[in-house]
Amino acid sequence: MASSDALLPISAREEDPLLSAGSRSDPNAETHRRRRPVKGLLAVSFGLLFIAFYVVLIATHDGSSRSNDVKIESDETATTTSRARLAGVSEKSNGQLWKLSGERNTVSFAWNNSVLSWQRTAFHFQPEQNWMNDPNGPLFYKGWYHFFYQYNPNAAVWGDIVWGHAVSKDLIHWVHLPIAMVADQWYDANGVWTGSATFLDDGSLVMLYTGSTDKSVQVQNLAYPEDLNDPLLLKWVKYSGNPVLVPPPGILPKDFRDPTTAWKTSDGKWRITIGSKINKTGISLVYDTIDFKTYEKHDTLLHKVPNTGMWECVDFYPVSKTAVNGLDTSVNGPNVKHIVKASMDDTRFDHYAVGTYFDSNGTWIPDDPTIDVGMSASLRYDYGKFYASKTFYDQNKGRRILWSWIGESDSEAADVQKGWSSLQGIPRTVVLDTKTGKNLVQWPVEEIKSLRLSSKQFDMEVGPGSVVPVDVDSAAQLDIEAEFEINKESLDKILGDASVLAEAEEFSCQKSGGASVRGALGPFGFSVLADKSLSEQTPVYFYVAKGKDSKLKTFFCTDTSRSTFANDVVKPIYGSSVPVLKGEKLTMRILVDHSIVEGFAQAGRTCISSRVYPTKAIYGAAKLFVFNNAIDATITASFKVWQMNSAFIHPYSEEAVRALSST
Amino acid sequence: MKKMVVVMMIMMVMVMVSEASMIEQTCKETPDFNLCVSLLDSDPRGSSADTSGLALILVDKIKGLATKTLKEINSLYKKRPELKQALDECSRRYKTILKADVPEAIEAISKGVPKFGEDGVIDAGVEAAVCEGEFKGKSPLTSLTKSMQKVSNVTRAIVRMLL
Repeated sequence: MASSDALLPISAREEDPLLSAGSRSDPNAETHRRRRPVKGLLAVSFGLLFIAFYVVLIATHDGSSRSNDVKIESDETATTTSRARLAGVSEKSNGQLWKLSGERNTVSFAWNNSVLSWQRTAFHFQPEQNWMNDPNGPLFYKGWYHFFYQYNPNAAVWGDIVWGHAVSKDLIHWVHLPIAMVADQWYDANGVWTGSATFLDDGSLVMLYTGSTDKSVQVQNLAYPEDLNDPLLLKWVKYSGNPVLVPPPGILPKDFRDPTTAWKTSDGKWRITIGSKINKTGISLVYDTIDFKTYEKHDTLLHKVPNTGMWECVDFYPVSKTAVNGLDTSVNGPNVKHIVKASMDDTRFDHYAVGTYFDSNGTWIPDDPTIDVGMSASLRYDYGKFYASKTFYDQNKGRRILWSWIGESDSEAADVQKGWSSLQGIPRTVVLDTKTGKNLVQWPVEEIKSLRLSSKQFDMEVGPGSVVPVDVDSAAQLDIEAEFEINKESLDKILGDASVLAEAEEFSCQKSGGASVRGALGPFGFSVLADKSLSEQTPVYFYVAKGKDSKLKTFFCTDTSRSTFANDVVKPIYGSSVPVLKGEKLTMRILVDHSIVEGFAQAGRTCISSRVYPTKAIYGAAKLFVFNNAIDATITASFKVWQMNSAFIHPYSEEAVRALSST
Repeated sequence: MKKMVVVMMIMMVMVMVSEASMIEQTCKETPDFNLCVSLLDSDPRGSSADTSGLALILVDKIKGLATKTLKEINSLYKKRPELKQALDECSRRYKTILKADVPEAIEAISKGVPKFGEDGVIDAGVEAAVCEGEFKGKSPLTSLTKSMQKVSNVTRAIVRMLL
């Protein structure tokens, strides 16, 4: 008899293994009463059963070893609202328990509509209401920048996903358009998920996107504009032969999503890559196609990295080694490096690596395998709340632009109450850092400067342990560009002083206590969205640390731990080290827009997006401070602060479109 | 011959005893093995469920517990009118669990994008903790809110296995 049949009833009786084992012995007693020749047969079948049990035993033990990767802290009772630090659960994968932050007080903050409505941003892309997540198919066509996005038309949490759509002339002033694609076919009935656009040689374009079928299988589908003469690309047609790709052998039906923009190979075919995983190894599959309808799968992968988990939203594109313009996705050559980026499902971090692409076989290797895509030390576009990012080549201005989903860090009850959830980051240009050659630099698109209103310039010396209010009137919509210098005397003294211990090797923004912990050469920077008494504040700062070799290492951090009295909000400290080359001053740019703060250090070498939800430092009570919390060092700060106008993102109407067209 | 069969039987028994069930193996990787096993064993779907199925069973338990807690909150309005403000906030929080967190988790887990399920499950624990905090140490709902936090932690651990 088939051994697997025998297994089922027995394993179902596992509740009391001893009891079920005893009862199992009874039918075996019958063998004693059978005639001799049958005994041999029975012995053989028992032997086979026995082997089968061992096989199952080994198989189930192999299965369970997958979950050993997850480290779970033991359950400590959460009733004590003591000084336990809030563990930023959504941002980490270490499974620490979320605890109410009881540092400040034990009184819960009940959100009211006034406080909640302040949180809506003035110049970041967001739909009028409800939930948004991944950016989809960004492109420039017939004078308009198009943006599509994962959208839930029914609630302020993820679900019922369709493609939202909006257009802009300048990536800043948007008009919402009607929904581009809904879940109306069997092959996307359970979700019209993330995808990318590709321009064909004749100037037309196609969209490849993931559909979750009526059986919840992840497949890739082809869609294209119904009318290429409509610059607004309002209507989309799904290819009648969908799906064009289904999960290949060896890939599970729920590990196959987010196709990239295609690029041309040297033999004139189109090539795409799709992220997936095999056990815990993150991988990227490669397919070639001529017509986007039939595909050849490569036997080899674009790349893979063990222990990184599922790769979502893979992105693959060339960057110039020498020039600062962007490159079309199909560009290749000796002057070009290629970026592989993936969103790590396990950690919710976006990672990328710089490397070399081999067109002959569709593979890629990183320049530095120790910081390969998804490894904990590998580079990230942004060290804060930033996921599912996607670039596109803007042929209008010759740049590569990066979009990213910036989710909420508050409770879903607050999202439901305020009626919306999630933002997109301000679109950024992306280029290779030609000075280091090892990382990308990102910068908010130039067009954001059109929002700048009045400005004020400040030049000041800030002594150790001081906080200085910056007089800028309203402080919820700001663009700040700053340059800092540590006083040379202080620097020399501290470098030479042996009693000042090296700390660069141990320091990390996340673990070193935040902006209130004073060091020899930092922290210093700005406190944004702070109230007059600094009872709520969000410091964005540099921390310069002395290394064991007496060299300096600079860190750029955002500390949201004291950003709000609310205790149902995640309040991490974000950041990373930032390369500072010889002769460079320390520079920082900060965009403040109500509940989002975006920081850029050293012209975009290290970026941090964070979400904050002050309860007091809002409306007229929100202030700006510059601070220097170093123990001994004096710093000079030279900075300009602009008031930022709203982008007046419009709901759909023909007038709104016309108004934008004329700009 | 007899001896051989007996020996084989004994060895088979040993193998079976050492092979833990799917539920036990899964629950070992959660912060509360006993709670996990008792929730899953007591459910008729538990014995034949895969990891995804086990996660959905636990989301169902979260739903049941939230419904039960809301009933208790409603009954407290009459018994403890002085707690109205806190009860209002708790009601809002628990309704979020039922209307937002649970449907999100069910959809995400069944469709194979478990990270949104993880968010929903974590949030259920958050909402319970916030509700508890409303009473400033004198909560009439402590055992229910504590249960929700514990179930949320266990469920989260299982959802993470799907990532």
